[in-house]
Amino acid sequence: MSPEAPIPLSTASWLPVILDSAGPFSQPVTTLAWVIFTGGFVILGIVIAALTIALFGSPRLKARLGGEKAIWIGGFAFPVVVLTILLIWGLWLTSHLSAQRITGDEMRVRVIGEMWWWRVHYLDEDGRETFRDANELHIPVGQPVLLDLQAADVIHSFWVPRLAGKMDMIPGRTNRLLIQADAPGVYHGQCAEYCGGPHALMGFVVVAHAPEDFARWQGARAPAPAAQGSAARGAELFMNSGCAACHTIRGSPADGLAGPDLTHVGSRRSLGAGILPNNKGTLAGWIADSQALKPGNRMPAYHQFDGEELRALADYLASRQ
Amino acid sequence: MLRTGVIGVIAISLNACSPTELQHERVDAASVRKGREAVERLGCGACHALPGIAWPSGRVGPSLHGFANRAMIAGQLPNRPDILARFVRDAPALVPGTAMPEIEMTLEEADAITAWLQSLDES
Repeated sequence: MSPEAPIPLSTASWLPVILDSAGPFSQPVTTLAWVIFTGGFVILGIVIAALTIALFGSPRLKARLGGEKAIWIGGFAFPVVVLTILLIWGLWLTSHLSAQRITGDEMRVRVIGEMWWWRVHYLDEDGRETFRDANELHIPVGQPVLLDLQAADVIHSFWVPRLAGKMDMIPGRTNRLLIQADAPGVYHGQCAEYCGGPHALMGFVVVAHAPEDFARWQGARAPAPAAQGSAARGAELFMNSGCAACHTIRGSPADGLAGPDLTHVGSRRSLGAGILPNNKGTLAGWIADSQALKPGNRMPAYHQFDGEELRALADYLASRQ
Repeated sequence: MLRTGVIGVIAISLNACSPTELQHERVDAASVRKGREAVERLGCGACHALPGIAWPSGRVGPSLHGFANRAMIAGQLPNRPDILARFVRDAPALVPGTAMPEIEMTLEEADAITAWLQSLDES
Protein backbone atom coordinates (compact mmCIF):
# COMPACT_ATOMS: atom_id res chain seq x y z
CA MET A 1 0.00 0.00 0.00
CA SER A 2 1.54 3.29 -1.05
CA PRO A 3 1.41 6.06 1.52
CA GLU A 4 -1.31 8.63 1.20
CA ALA A 5 -0.37 11.79 -0.69
CA PRO A 6 0.28 14.56 1.81
CA ILE A 7 -2.74 16.75 2.36
CA PRO A 8 -2.02 20.45 2.40
CA LEU A 9 -2.49 21.83 5.90
CA SER A 10 -4.23 24.88 4.61
CA THR A 11 -5.36 25.80 1.13
CA ALA A 12 -6.84 29.05 2.37
CA SER A 13 -5.88 32.30 0.70
CA TRP A 14 -5.48 35.66 2.42
CA LEU A 15 -9.16 36.37 1.89
CA PRO A 16 -11.67 36.12 4.73
CA VAL A 17 -13.15 32.57 4.70
CA ILE A 18 -16.53 33.82 3.55
CA LEU A 19 -14.92 35.11 0.32
CA ASP A 20 -12.76 32.02 -0.15
CA SER A 21 -15.16 29.32 -1.30
CA ALA A 22 -13.74 25.82 -1.81
CA GLY A 23 -16.82 24.02 -3.14
CA PRO A 24 -20.17 24.44 -4.92
CA PHE A 25 -22.22 24.71 -1.71
CA SER A 26 -20.30 27.69 -0.40
CA GLN A 27 -19.97 29.41 -3.79
CA PRO A 28 -23.41 31.12 -3.70
CA VAL A 29 -22.60 32.54 -0.25
CA THR A 30 -19.31 33.89 -1.58
CA THR A 31 -21.01 35.42 -4.66
CA LEU A 32 -23.64 37.04 -2.46
CA ALA A 33 -20.98 38.35 -0.08
CA TRP A 34 -18.99 39.93 -2.94
CA VAL A 35 -22.11 41.60 -4.36
CA ILE A 36 -23.13 42.96 -0.95
CA PHE A 37 -19.62 44.25 -0.15
CA THR A 38 -19.21 45.83 -3.59
CA GLY A 39 -22.72 47.31 -3.52
CA GLY A 40 -22.09 48.63 -0.03
CA PHE A 41 -18.95 50.44 -1.21
CA VAL A 42 -20.75 51.94 -4.22
CA ILE A 43 -23.54 53.23 -1.98
CA LEU A 44 -20.96 54.58 0.49
CA GLY A 45 -19.41 56.47 -2.47
CA ILE A 46 -22.80 57.97 -3.38
CA VAL A 47 -23.39 59.04 0.24
CA ILE A 48 -19.94 60.64 0.47
CA ALA A 49 -20.57 62.47 -2.83
CA ALA A 50 -23.92 63.76 -1.50
CA LEU A 51 -22.24 64.83 1.75
CA THR A 52 -19.53 66.67 -0.19
CA ILE A 53 -22.18 68.52 -2.20
CA ALA A 54 -24.10 69.35 0.96
CA LEU A 55 -20.96 70.82 2.57
CA PHE A 56 -19.09 72.44 -0.31
CA GLY A 57 -21.43 72.44 -3.33
CA SER A 58 -22.87 75.47 -5.12
CA PRO A 59 -26.20 76.80 -3.75
CA ARG A 60 -27.98 75.46 -6.85
CA LEU A 61 -26.68 71.88 -6.30
CA LYS A 62 -27.44 72.09 -2.57
CA ALA A 63 -31.01 73.11 -3.35
CA ARG A 64 -31.45 70.19 -5.75
CA LEU A 65 -30.00 67.74 -3.22
CA GLY A 66 -32.39 68.97 -0.54
CA GLY A 67 -35.40 69.06 -2.86
CA GLU A 68 -38.43 66.85 -2.53
CA LYS A 69 -37.64 64.89 -5.68
CA ALA A 70 -34.16 63.95 -4.46
CA ILE A 71 -35.57 62.76 -1.12
CA TRP A 72 -38.19 60.58 -2.84
CA ILE A 73 -35.68 59.07 -5.24
CA GLY A 74 -32.66 58.68 -2.93
CA GLY A 75 -34.44 58.15 0.35
CA PHE A 76 -37.35 55.97 -0.72
CA ALA A 77 -37.30 54.54 -4.27
CA PHE A 78 -33.61 53.62 -4.32
CA PRO A 79 -33.54 51.58 -1.04
CA VAL A 80 -36.87 49.87 -1.87
CA VAL A 81 -35.73 48.84 -5.35
CA VAL A 82 -32.20 47.79 -4.33
CA LEU A 83 -33.29 45.82 -1.25
CA THR A 84 -36.15 44.10 -3.11
CA ILE A 85 -33.86 43.01 -5.94
CA LEU A 86 -31.23 41.88 -3.43
CA LEU A 87 -33.77 39.86 -1.44
CA ILE A 88 -35.29 38.08 -4.45
CA TRP A 89 -31.92 37.41 -6.06
CA GLY A 90 -30.39 36.26 -2.76
CA LEU A 91 -33.24 33.83 -2.08
CA TRP A 92 -33.03 32.46 -5.64
CA LEU A 93 -29.24 32.10 -5.44
CA THR A 94 -29.21 30.28 -2.11
CA SER A 95 -32.29 28.14 -2.83
CA HIS A 96 -29.86 25.73 -4.50
CA LEU A 97 -28.36 25.09 -1.06
CA SER A 98 -31.50 23.64 0.46
CA ALA A 99 -32.00 19.93 0.95
CA GLN A 100 -34.16 19.76 -2.21
CA ARG A 101 -31.00 18.99 -4.14
CA ILE A 102 -30.39 15.70 -2.32
CA THR A 103 -30.28 12.86 -4.85
CA GLY A 104 -29.90 9.97 -2.41
CA ASP A 105 -26.56 8.86 -3.86
CA GLU A 106 -24.46 11.00 -1.54
CA MET A 107 -22.12 9.65 1.08
CA ARG A 108 -23.87 10.14 4.44
CA VAL A 109 -22.56 11.16 7.83
CA ARG A 110 -24.42 12.04 11.02
CA VAL A 111 -22.82 14.82 13.04
CA ILE A 112 -24.15 15.43 16.54
CA GLY A 113 -23.31 18.61 18.40
CA GLU A 114 -22.46 18.16 22.08
CA MET A 115 -21.29 20.67 24.67
CA TRP A 116 -18.52 21.37 23.29
CA TRP A 117 -17.49 18.85 20.70
CA TRP A 118 -18.92 16.77 17.84
CA ARG A 119 -19.84 13.11 17.43
CA VAL A 120 -19.25 11.89 13.89
CA HIS A 121 -21.10 8.73 12.77
CA TYR A 122 -20.40 7.47 9.27
CA LEU A 123 -23.52 5.91 7.72
CA ASP A 124 -24.11 3.42 4.90
CA GLU A 125 -26.66 3.93 2.07
CA ASP A 126 -29.49 2.77 4.32
CA GLY A 127 -28.57 5.18 7.08
CA ARG A 128 -27.04 2.52 9.34
CA GLU A 129 -23.98 3.46 11.33
CA THR A 130 -20.73 1.99 10.00
CA PHE A 131 -18.30 3.52 12.43
CA ARG A 132 -17.83 6.32 14.92
CA ASP A 133 -15.32 9.07 15.26
CA ALA A 134 -15.26 12.56 16.76
CA ASN A 135 -14.33 16.15 15.95
CA GLU A 136 -12.96 15.32 12.50
CA LEU A 137 -14.75 14.43 9.28
CA HIS A 138 -13.09 12.74 6.32
CA ILE A 139 -14.64 13.16 2.88
CA PRO A 140 -13.66 12.44 -0.72
CA VAL A 141 -13.16 15.51 -2.94
CA GLY A 142 -15.42 16.42 -5.84
CA GLN A 143 -18.64 14.82 -4.61
CA PRO A 144 -21.42 16.02 -2.35
CA VAL A 145 -21.60 14.62 1.18
CA LEU A 146 -24.92 14.69 2.99
CA LEU A 147 -24.78 15.52 6.68
CA ASP A 148 -27.57 14.66 9.13
CA LEU A 149 -27.11 17.35 11.77
CA GLN A 150 -28.43 16.78 15.29
CA ALA A 151 -27.82 18.14 18.77
CA ALA A 152 -27.66 16.22 22.04
CA ASP A 153 -28.15 19.04 24.53
CA VAL A 154 -28.53 22.63 23.34
CA ILE A 155 -28.65 24.33 19.94
CA HIS A 156 -25.36 24.29 18.09
CA SER A 157 -24.61 25.35 14.53
CA PHE A 158 -22.43 23.49 12.07
CA TRP A 159 -20.28 25.80 9.99
CA VAL A 160 -17.33 24.97 7.77
CA PRO A 161 -17.24 28.33 5.97
CA ARG A 162 -15.22 27.27 2.94
CA LEU A 163 -17.49 24.28 2.22
CA ALA A 164 -21.05 25.43 3.03
CA GLY A 165 -23.19 27.95 4.85
CA LYS A 166 -24.23 27.51 8.48
CA MET A 167 -26.86 25.00 9.56
CA ASP A 168 -28.32 24.91 13.05
CA MET A 169 -28.28 21.66 15.03
CA ILE A 170 -31.45 21.51 17.09
CA PRO A 171 -32.22 18.95 19.81
CA GLY A 172 -34.91 16.52 18.65
CA ARG A 173 -34.57 17.41 14.98
CA THR A 174 -32.43 16.35 12.04
CA ASN A 175 -31.34 19.13 9.71
CA ARG A 176 -29.64 18.23 6.49
CA LEU A 177 -26.73 19.96 4.86
CA LEU A 178 -24.72 19.20 1.74
CA ILE A 179 -21.02 19.93 1.72
CA GLN A 180 -18.39 19.39 -0.95
CA ALA A 181 -14.70 20.18 -1.25
CA ASP A 182 -13.22 20.57 -4.72
CA ALA A 183 -9.57 20.13 -3.67
CA PRO A 184 -7.81 17.94 -1.10
CA GLY A 185 -7.08 19.87 2.06
CA VAL A 186 -7.92 20.54 5.67
CA TYR A 187 -10.93 22.79 6.22
CA HIS A 188 -11.68 24.27 9.60
CA GLY A 189 -15.12 24.51 11.12
CA GLN A 190 -16.60 26.23 14.12
CA CYS A 191 -19.78 26.05 16.16
CA ALA A 192 -21.68 29.14 15.04
CA GLU A 193 -24.44 29.28 17.67
CA TYR A 194 -23.55 30.30 21.20
CA CYS A 195 -23.89 27.10 23.24
CA GLY A 196 -22.48 28.10 26.61
CA GLY A 197 -19.04 28.26 28.29
CA PRO A 198 -16.32 27.25 25.87
CA HIS A 199 -18.48 27.68 22.73
CA ALA A 200 -15.71 29.67 21.07
CA LEU A 201 -13.42 26.65 21.53
CA MET A 202 -15.79 24.22 19.80
CA GLY A 203 -13.94 23.74 16.54
CA PHE A 204 -14.08 21.09 13.88
CA VAL A 205 -11.85 19.75 11.11
CA VAL A 206 -12.85 18.43 7.69
CA VAL A 207 -10.17 16.51 5.83
CA ALA A 208 -10.82 16.14 2.09
CA HIS A 209 -8.95 13.33 0.33
CA ALA A 210 -8.45 12.49 -3.34
CA PRO A 211 -10.91 9.63 -4.10
CA GLU A 212 -8.29 6.83 -4.08
CA ASP A 213 -6.79 8.16 -0.82
CA PHE A 214 -10.26 8.30 0.69
CA ALA A 215 -10.88 4.64 -0.17
CA ARG A 216 -7.56 3.79 1.47
CA TRP A 217 -8.47 5.83 4.54
CA GLN A 218 -11.80 3.98 4.80
CA GLY A 219 -10.02 0.65 4.50
CA ALA A 220 -7.68 1.52 7.38
CA ARG A 221 -10.41 2.04 9.99
CA ALA A 222 -9.59 -1.02 12.08
CA PRO A 223 -8.52 -0.25 15.66
CA ALA A 224 -4.75 0.04 16.20
CA PRO A 225 -3.04 -3.15 17.48
CA ALA A 226 -2.41 -3.64 21.21
CA ALA A 227 0.03 -1.13 22.66
CA GLN A 228 3.67 -2.00 23.37
CA GLY A 229 6.23 -0.65 25.88
CA SER A 230 5.41 2.67 27.55
CA ALA A 231 2.11 2.80 25.60
CA ALA A 232 1.06 -0.52 27.18
CA ARG A 233 1.59 1.06 30.62
CA GLY A 234 -0.51 3.97 29.35
CA ALA A 235 -3.29 1.58 28.28
CA GLU A 236 -3.34 0.09 31.77
CA LEU A 237 -3.58 3.57 33.32
CA PHE A 238 -6.31 4.53 30.85
CA MET A 239 -8.46 1.55 31.84
CA ASN A 240 -7.86 1.96 35.61
CA SER A 241 -7.97 5.72 36.13
CA GLY A 242 -11.49 6.46 35.02
CA CYS A 243 -10.76 7.48 31.41
CA ALA A 244 -12.62 4.44 30.07
CA ALA A 245 -15.82 5.49 31.84
CA CYS A 246 -16.27 8.34 29.37
CA HIS A 247 -14.26 7.32 26.31
CA THR A 248 -14.51 4.40 23.91
CA ILE A 249 -11.45 2.81 22.36
CA ARG A 250 -12.67 0.01 20.11
CA GLY A 251 -10.73 -3.21 20.59
CA SER A 252 -10.18 -2.40 24.28
CA PRO A 253 -12.42 -2.63 27.38
CA ALA A 254 -12.96 1.15 27.23
CA ASP A 255 -16.57 1.72 26.16
CA GLY A 256 -17.66 5.02 27.75
CA LEU A 257 -20.03 7.18 25.72
CA ALA A 258 -20.01 10.55 27.47
CA GLY A 259 -16.89 11.85 25.73
CA PRO A 260 -15.35 11.60 22.26
CA ASP A 261 -14.48 8.18 20.81
CA LEU A 262 -10.69 7.86 21.01
CA THR A 263 -10.21 4.76 18.81
CA HIS A 264 -8.30 6.83 16.24
CA VAL A 265 -7.36 9.86 18.34
CA GLY A 266 -3.69 9.52 17.40
CA SER A 267 -4.45 10.12 13.72
CA ARG A 268 -6.53 13.24 14.23
CA ARG A 269 -5.37 16.65 13.06
CA SER A 270 -6.45 18.36 16.23
CA LEU A 271 -7.16 17.92 19.91
CA GLY A 272 -9.86 19.35 22.17
CA ALA A 273 -12.32 19.68 19.23
CA GLY A 274 -10.38 21.47 16.52
CA ILE A 275 -8.44 23.77 18.80
CA LEU A 276 -4.97 22.36 19.56
CA PRO A 277 -2.38 20.61 17.41
CA ASN A 278 -2.22 16.90 18.16
CA ASN A 279 1.05 15.48 19.47
CA LYS A 280 2.29 13.77 22.62
CA GLY A 281 2.96 17.14 24.24
CA THR A 282 -0.53 18.54 23.72
CA LEU A 283 -2.05 15.15 24.67
CA ALA A 284 -0.19 15.22 27.99
CA GLY A 285 -1.14 18.85 28.57
CA TRP A 286 -4.80 18.16 27.81
CA ILE A 287 -5.01 15.13 30.12
CA ALA A 288 -3.27 16.84 33.03
CA ASP A 289 -5.21 20.09 32.86
CA SER A 290 -7.72 20.50 30.05
CA GLN A 291 -9.50 23.06 32.23
CA ALA A 292 -6.65 25.52 31.69
CA LEU A 293 -7.07 25.16 27.91
CA LYS A 294 -10.85 24.91 27.49
CA PRO A 295 -12.35 26.20 30.72
CA GLY A 296 -15.66 24.58 31.61
CA ASN A 297 -15.30 21.54 29.35
CA ARG A 298 -16.64 18.35 30.87
CA MET A 299 -13.32 16.58 31.38
CA PRO A 300 -11.82 17.24 34.81
CA ALA A 301 -8.15 18.06 35.23
CA TYR A 302 -6.24 14.87 36.11
CA HIS A 303 -3.62 15.87 38.66
CA GLN A 304 -2.88 12.42 40.05
CA PHE A 305 -0.39 11.17 37.47
CA ASP A 306 3.37 11.49 37.88
CA GLY A 307 5.51 12.56 34.93
CA GLU A 308 6.20 9.10 33.60
CA GLU A 309 2.55 8.07 33.88
CA LEU A 310 1.40 11.14 32.00
CA ARG A 311 3.90 10.41 29.23
CA ALA A 312 2.77 6.77 29.10
CA LEU A 313 -0.83 7.89 28.64
CA ALA A 314 0.21 10.30 25.88
CA ASP A 315 2.21 7.48 24.24
CA TYR A 316 -0.83 5.20 24.38
CA LEU A 317 -3.24 7.75 22.91
CA ALA A 318 -0.76 8.83 20.22
CA SER A 319 -0.48 5.16 19.20
CA ARG A 320 -4.27 4.89 18.65
CA GLN A 321 -3.98 5.72 14.96
CA MET B 1 40.91 63.86 31.13
CA LEU B 2 42.62 60.96 29.38
CA ARG B 3 42.09 58.83 32.50
CA THR B 4 38.36 59.50 32.59
CA GLY B 5 38.18 58.59 28.90
CA VAL B 6 39.99 55.29 29.47
CA ILE B 7 37.76 54.42 32.40
CA GLY B 8 34.76 55.32 30.26
CA VAL B 9 35.90 52.98 27.46
CA ILE B 10 36.52 50.18 29.97
CA ALA B 11 33.13 50.73 31.53
CA ILE B 12 31.44 50.58 28.12
CA SER B 13 33.28 47.43 27.08
CA LEU B 14 32.52 45.76 30.42
CA ASN B 15 28.91 46.62 29.90
CA ALA B 16 29.00 45.12 26.40
CA CYS B 17 30.28 41.87 27.88
CA SER B 18 27.37 41.31 30.22
CA PRO B 19 25.79 37.89 29.64
CA THR B 20 22.50 39.23 28.30
CA GLU B 21 24.32 41.34 25.69
CA LEU B 22 26.20 38.26 24.50
CA GLN B 23 22.95 36.34 24.21
CA HIS B 24 21.49 39.10 22.10
CA GLU B 25 24.32 38.71 19.61
CA ARG B 26 23.92 34.95 19.38
CA VAL B 27 20.21 35.04 18.76
CA ASP B 28 19.36 36.14 15.26
CA ALA B 29 15.96 37.50 14.39
CA ALA B 30 15.10 34.95 11.66
CA SER B 31 15.67 31.98 13.98
CA VAL B 32 13.64 33.64 16.71
CA ARG B 33 10.74 34.12 14.30
CA LYS B 34 10.96 30.51 13.06
CA GLY B 35 11.14 29.31 16.63
CA ARG B 36 8.03 31.20 17.59
CA GLU B 37 6.19 29.74 14.58
CA ALA B 38 7.28 26.22 15.58
CA VAL B 39 6.13 26.83 19.16
CA GLU B 40 2.69 27.82 17.87
CA ARG B 41 2.52 24.94 15.38
CA LEU B 42 3.45 22.37 18.03
CA GLY B 43 1.15 23.80 20.68
CA CYS B 44 3.75 24.22 23.44
CA GLY B 45 1.17 26.51 25.06
CA ALA B 46 -0.87 23.42 25.99
CA CYS B 47 1.45 23.19 29.03
CA HIS B 48 3.34 26.48 29.21
CA ALA B 49 2.38 30.14 29.49
CA LEU B 50 4.21 31.80 26.60
CA PRO B 51 5.15 35.47 26.25
CA GLY B 52 3.37 37.09 23.31
CA ILE B 53 0.96 34.17 22.78
CA ALA B 54 -2.37 34.74 24.52
CA TRP B 55 -3.85 31.25 24.00
CA PRO B 56 -3.29 28.42 24.74
CA SER B 57 -1.71 29.18 28.08
CA GLY B 58 -1.31 25.91 29.98
CA ARG B 59 -0.42 25.46 33.64
CA VAL B 60 1.01 21.93 33.58
CA GLY B 61 4.58 23.12 33.06
CA PRO B 62 6.37 26.32 34.10
CA SER B 63 5.71 29.68 32.48
CA LEU B 64 8.39 30.53 29.92
CA HIS B 65 8.34 34.28 30.56
CA GLY B 66 11.91 35.53 30.91
CA PHE B 67 13.27 32.08 30.14
CA ALA B 68 16.62 33.44 28.86
CA ASN B 69 17.46 34.58 32.38
CA ARG B 70 16.55 31.31 34.07
CA ALA B 71 19.56 29.45 35.48
CA MET B 72 18.22 25.92 35.14
CA ILE B 73 16.19 23.89 32.65
CA ALA B 74 13.56 21.79 34.48
CA GLY B 75 15.40 22.65 37.70
CA GLN B 76 18.17 20.22 36.81
CA LEU B 77 20.23 21.22 33.78
CA PRO B 78 22.22 24.40 33.10
CA ASN B 79 20.37 26.68 30.71
CA ARG B 80 22.79 26.44 27.77
CA PRO B 81 21.67 26.54 24.13
CA ASP B 82 23.15 23.13 23.25
CA ILE B 83 21.41 21.44 26.19
CA LEU B 84 18.20 23.36 25.60
CA ALA B 85 18.05 22.29 21.93
CA ARG B 86 18.27 18.64 23.03
CA PHE B 87 15.80 19.12 25.87
CA VAL B 88 12.97 20.65 23.79
CA ARG B 89 13.04 17.65 21.42
CA ASP B 90 13.53 14.81 23.87
CA ALA B 91 13.13 15.93 27.47
CA PRO B 92 12.84 12.41 29.01
CA ALA B 93 16.30 11.50 27.65
CA LEU B 94 17.81 14.25 29.83
CA VAL B 95 15.37 14.36 32.76
CA PRO B 96 13.91 10.84 33.15
CA GLY B 97 11.05 11.66 35.51
CA THR B 98 9.74 14.64 33.56
CA ALA B 99 6.15 14.83 32.37
CA MET B 100 7.30 16.58 29.17
CA PRO B 101 7.12 14.02 26.37
CA GLU B 102 9.43 13.62 23.43
CA ILE B 103 8.08 16.03 20.79
CA GLU B 104 8.42 15.27 17.11
CA MET B 105 10.32 18.10 15.42
CA THR B 106 13.32 18.63 13.15
CA LEU B 107 16.75 19.58 14.50
CA GLU B 108 16.34 22.97 12.78
CA GLU B 109 13.08 23.51 14.63
CA ALA B 110 14.73 22.57 17.94
CA ASP B 111 17.48 25.15 17.24
CA ALA B 112 14.91 27.78 16.28
CA ILE B 113 12.84 27.11 19.42
CA THR B 114 16.06 27.42 21.45
CA ALA B 115 16.77 30.76 19.77
CA TRP B 116 13.25 31.92 20.59
CA LEU B 117 13.57 30.83 24.23
CA GLN B 118 16.91 32.63 24.48
CA SER B 119 15.28 35.80 23.23
CA LEU B 120 12.81 35.85 26.15
CA ASP B 121 14.87 38.07 28.39
CA GLU B 122 12.27 40.51 29.62
CA SER B 123 11.81 39.93 33.33
